[in-house]
Amino acid sequence: MDRPIEIKALSKSYGDTLAVDRVSITVDKGEIYGLIGPDGAGKTTVIRTLVSLLVPDSGEALFMGRTVSAYPGFVRSHIGYMPQRFSLYRDLSVEENLHFFGDLFQIPRDRQRRRMDELYAFSRLQPFRTRLAGALSGGMKQKLALSCMLMHQPEVIVLDEPTFGVDPVSRSEFWGMLAALSRDGTSVFVSTAYMDEADLCHRIGLIHHGRILAQGTPDGLIAGFPWPLYRIDCENPHHVYTILSSTLPPDQLQLFGSGVYVVDRGKNGLRSLQRTLRTAKIACRGISSADATLENLFLELIR
Amino acid sequence: MKKVLWSIISKEFIHIRRDKQTLAIVILWPLLMLFLYGYAITLEMKEIPTIITDLAHNPLSREYVDDIASSRFFRVTGRDIAESEIEPVFRHRRARCVIVIPPSFGKDDPGNRIIQLIIDASDPNAANYIHTYLGTITASFNRRHSGGMRLPFRFEPRLLYNPDLKSSFFFVPGLVAVIIMLFSALLSSIAIVREKEMGTLEQILVSPLTPMQLVIGKLVPYLLLSLADSILVLIVAHVCFTVPMHGSGILLLATLIIYVVSGLSFGLLISTVTRSQQIAMMATMVITVLPSFLLSGFIFPVRSMPLLFQGISQIIPATHFLIIIRGIMLKGAGLAELMPQLGALTLFSLVLISVSIRKFHTTLE
Repeated sequence: MDRPIEIKALSKSYGDTLAVDRVSITVDKGEIYGLIGPDGAGKTTVIRTLVSLLVPDSGEALFMGRTVSAYPGFVRSHIGYMPQRFSLYRDLSVEENLHFFGDLFQIPRDRQRRRMDELYAFSRLQPFRTRLAGALSGGMKQKLALSCMLMHQPEVIVLDEPTFGVDPVSRSEFWGMLAALSRDGTSVFVSTAYMDEADLCHRIGLIHHGRILAQGTPDGLIAGFPWPLYRIDCENPHHVYTILSSTLPPDQLQLFGSGVYVVDRGKNGLRSLQRTLRTAKIACRGISSADATLENLFLELIR
Repeated sequence: MKKVLWSIISKEFIHIRRDKQTLAIVILWPLLMLFLYGYAITLEMKEIPTIITDLAHNPLSREYVDDIASSRFFRVTGRDIAESEIEPVFRHRRARCVIVIPPSFGKDDPGNRIIQLIIDASDPNAANYIHTYLGTITASFNRRHSGGMRLPFRFEPRLLYNPDLKSSFFFVPGLVAVIIMLFSALLSSIAIVREKEMGTLEQILVSPLTPMQLVIGKLVPYLLLSLADSILVLIVAHVCFTVPMHGSGILLLATLIIYVVSGLSFGLLISTVTRSQQIAMMATMVITVLPSFLLSGFIFPVRSMPLLFQGISQIIPATHFLIIIRGIMLKGAGLAELMPQLGALTLFSLVLISVSIRKFHTTLE
């Protein structure tokens, strides 16, 4: 059985800028794979290449075992793709948008009806079916975009930052829908800049400057954090960070809203850090050994 | 296959229906232009402000002055001004011509039979008309006073196709040609660029849709819209401006379709190389509308253009369609007479459509 998605050493540059550098990713059937990284990391380029909208410079992407650049027609009619920007027709109603995508994928009208009822139940958009897409809220727009893409029941769906700019409640609902799809066997390839969404994926890849820094299950990646980590709990993390920068190597410090993290790369231990704080006369509520999060890992990897 | 095409067509009709503003512009603007060109803009001149300086003041000179004053071409706005005042009069635009009758007018002095006509030729077209009109009045005055002398001959013109020389007969069919080019090119260029700008193209590219289906799907709705628009303009032209329809309506409709397709495909071609609606509009204006206005023979005859422009005019669809529509409406020309023009238009449309289908990018490269 061919893998739904297999990306092999994919590279792509725009002029002199290398946007994607030898990226390799595989997605198994029914799996949710999250491509996680900041803006400009190359997520969109990987995804557009995967859905045949861009041609790679080297390497290749395979969809259901077929090379994407050789079978763009097959990819385009079988994959489900949700671009980064809201890409539905704002002057068409919810129902008209769904019908349009149904017709586009040559689904008979009676099957479209049944499919729409399923999707309405799934997305709870039924009460808004006559509303113009442009008048929907951000979260509903994304649910509609997902529904449109699901009209032709693709086995593999690819979503580019679907939760970008969406409120937390809608975000969690949206991820609930993705989880349900994956339970039914749909393979999901999704990109996001939100680290906290990583836990909702089966496997993730951290991407930065076009390179995959690490891949694996979220827990596995975090467990592999190589150094002891301490968290300084303080009133004003920014202030503490500035003072500590002059005594500790800056690449050992990670500034977060909740406090300052110290990556103890020299394995000097907690006491040594407490001494440093006393010498620098830094007031804090406490220092404790901390479990790494994906954000700690990401900052450590891009160092 | 058919379903995909139909999905694009029906979606496009919804866009047209929902965008009331554009729809209103598409319907009202051609009518506005029609009324402007039909009523306000005319090449005929009348009531030309004229000053007559009669230095003879005898019965004969008075008769001549009356001839001028009673014609509808000239309106006498002043009399008997000094020679030094002529230039100030033109500068203040109080008159466009000054007629000076010499003191010796009507006396038997063969050396002094010249009447001076001084024309403000800053508008050369108007100057020409003034010259011709006064020539006509003078000729009939001279005939009356030639004392029954037999003239060697007289010629009598017969005006065919537009006996009253109404400029609306000339303009209105031409205007239809220009309006159709404007709207078909503009509508189709915007239709695809809008999808690029809104990001919707990226979404529908990842589907079984082929470039051919997208292009044809975009063409059909705007073809119908442009056709409806042109038929409306033609009906209004026929009813309000009594522009005759001597030829076959079916033939006109068939050529209209070919012409509209050429305009739509121009727009498509523009839309394949531009990214924003604004640039597409500007490009359409420059590439299709301006040439259709200026170089097609809509106002200025192609034959009197410099050779380079005559050459350019041959690759403007409006040039050919103008000959066709004026031929059918005013002269009742048939298929046989219009074959070369029809051939050129068909060739245009086919070439443009196939180029725009080929140039249509199915990737985001």
